[in-house]
Amino acid sequence: MTEKNPLADPRLAAFEEKISNDQRIEPKDWMPDAFRKNVLRQMSQHAHSEVIGMQPEGNWITRAPTLYRKIVLLAKIQDEGGHGLYLYSAAETLGTSREEMVQALHDGKAKYASIFNYPSLTWADIGMIGWLVDGAAIVNQVSLQRTSYGPYSRAMIRICKEESFHQRQGYEATMVLARGSAEQKAMAQDSLNRWWWPSMMMFGPHDSESAHSGQSMKWKLKRESNDVLRQRFVDQTVPQAEFIGLKIPDPDLKWNEERGSYDFGEIDWDEFMQVISGNGPCNRQRLQHSIRAQEDGQWVRDAMHAYELKRQAREVA
Amino acid sequence: MDSQKKALLNYCIALGDDSLTLGHRLSEWCRNGPFLEEDLALTNVSLDFIGRARMLYSYAAEVEDQGRGEDDIAYLRDCREYRNFLINELPNGDFAFTMARQLMIDAFDVGFYKGLTQSADEMLAAIAAKAIKESRYHLRRSEDWIKRLGDGTDESHERTQKAFDQLWGYAAEMFEMASDEQQLVDAGIAVDRSALKAEWSSTMHSVLKEATLDIPAQDWAIGGGREGIHTEHLGYLLAELQYLQRTYPGQQW
Ligand SMILES: [Fe+2]
Ligand SMILES: [Fe+2]
Ligand SMILES: [Fe+2]
Repeated sequence: MTEKNPLADPRLAAFEEKISNDQRIEPKDWMPDAFRKNVLRQMSQHAHSEVIGMQPEGNWITRAPTLYRKIVLLAKIQDEGGHGLYLYSAAETLGTSREEMVQALHDGKAKYASIFNYPSLTWADIGMIGWLVDGAAIVNQVSLQRTSYGPYSRAMIRICKEESFHQRQGYEATMVLARGSAEQKAMAQDSLNRWWWPSMMMFGPHDSESAHSGQSMKWKLKRESNDVLRQRFVDQTVPQAEFIGLKIPDPDLKWNEERGSYDFGEIDWDEFMQVISGNGPCNRQRLQHSIRAQEDGQWVRDAMHAYELKRQAREVA
Repeated sequence: MDSQKKALLNYCIALGDDSLTLGHRLSEWCRNGPFLEEDLALTNVSLDFIGRARMLYSYAAEVEDQGRGEDDIAYLRDCREYRNFLINELPNGDFAFTMARQLMIDAFDVGFYKGLTQSADEMLAAIAAKAIKESRYHLRRSEDWIKRLGDGTDESHERTQKAFDQLWGYAAEMFEMASDEQQLVDAGIAVDRSALKAEWSSTMHSVLKEATLDIPAQDWAIGGGREGIHTEHLGYLLAELQYLQRTYPGQQW
């Protein structure tokens, strides 16, 4: 192993120096294998999240309550798919193809955001996903704009603008319900009750428990810790809920004057572990859907490929 | 309402229904496409059709002037009041069926909306000016796909031939004028659809030939959409589309 001692390997020394100077690592730069693996894990997980996230939202496309809402939802889901594409190509700079990443997902080896393993049961869930899930994603992604891998950083800068647009649209859709009829308000509150804690879980385990956090922070792949980001999400979201008259389902939630932040209750970590280990309410459904779409499309991709070969042969002839 | 105004109202609603039902079907592909890029492209086309429906319904509401809006027209009419061509409401089937249907409709739309840009009705002409650009792009896409699928593998060829065989008889009603449509043609407002068939047929022949596909037999035709006689599929489409508006009547969303 030549990687262990910076003195022994000048490439590692150059890498470490770049990191400590806050310079970006680019695809052509030398990087330790463990760094490459770590970035790939993060980026492919992020890409899969964008694409799997199309499912719970897609569940309401054909049932959106107005034509305007239908168009907003379709365009939003299309954006998420675009984020997926963009992240897959950014991740491909690490030498792994999109096909390989998707295969790892289907084999259960790669993960995606656990939030998408919850069902979208009512129309209110669509606004709630935009407000809370995109809202939590932005907190994380703004922080990742300064991540040390260049293509990932640039992807985050580009994606964040759209994500904040989604968050505002989701909040606006939720506000309409919160200020609507009693039934609509109840629908919004029920949805917040179901999505709040899963959204809190999006930031991952406590810093003290997080498997990958330490090394990721050292390499500046991750710039702020899970708990710091979670606190930021709580502090920005609580006033938004109050403004539209919805109640966050946390009896321990209260303003802490001293810290200038909200104190909040403990996440149900057993539930978190269940969901990330594949046993959430929709894990199986999400993967099966993705695999089914992939299999159904095989003959189409084969046809494209065969046609392209014929076309090239005709050109030569 | 005078009879020409009534005919114009029906006309806008029928065109809106064509756009909405097809846009709805295409939106069902979102997250189900054969690969991610195509998933997003189908969603784009769906967005064009739903956007077109909104413009046509809004204009219908304006013509009618009874306080209805685009959503009242889309969400509060039942199966017999919908006026779309049957081909638009058929379930998606496989990707070959969806693209074969799309080619048939896009080839029709290019001729139709080109004609409608010349409408004496300024609003319809303006809607058509936007629609024709979209439809020309849609047609290029569906032509490319049919060539790839027809001349791709044995399996894709078979699926695509079968799709056209199953769809062909639904084309006829696109060229049959509805009972109150002729007066709009006479007034320079509407397009004479019966005159579009030759150009449509020649497009279909050339694309299918290049795709190594056979033109299906012309021996059957099923219509009735413009009179509100639909396939059994439309009721389910509407049940989904209208579910929230029907379950919680009169709310803002
Ligand atoms: Fe996204
Ligand atoms: Fe994201
Ligand atoms: Fe988003």
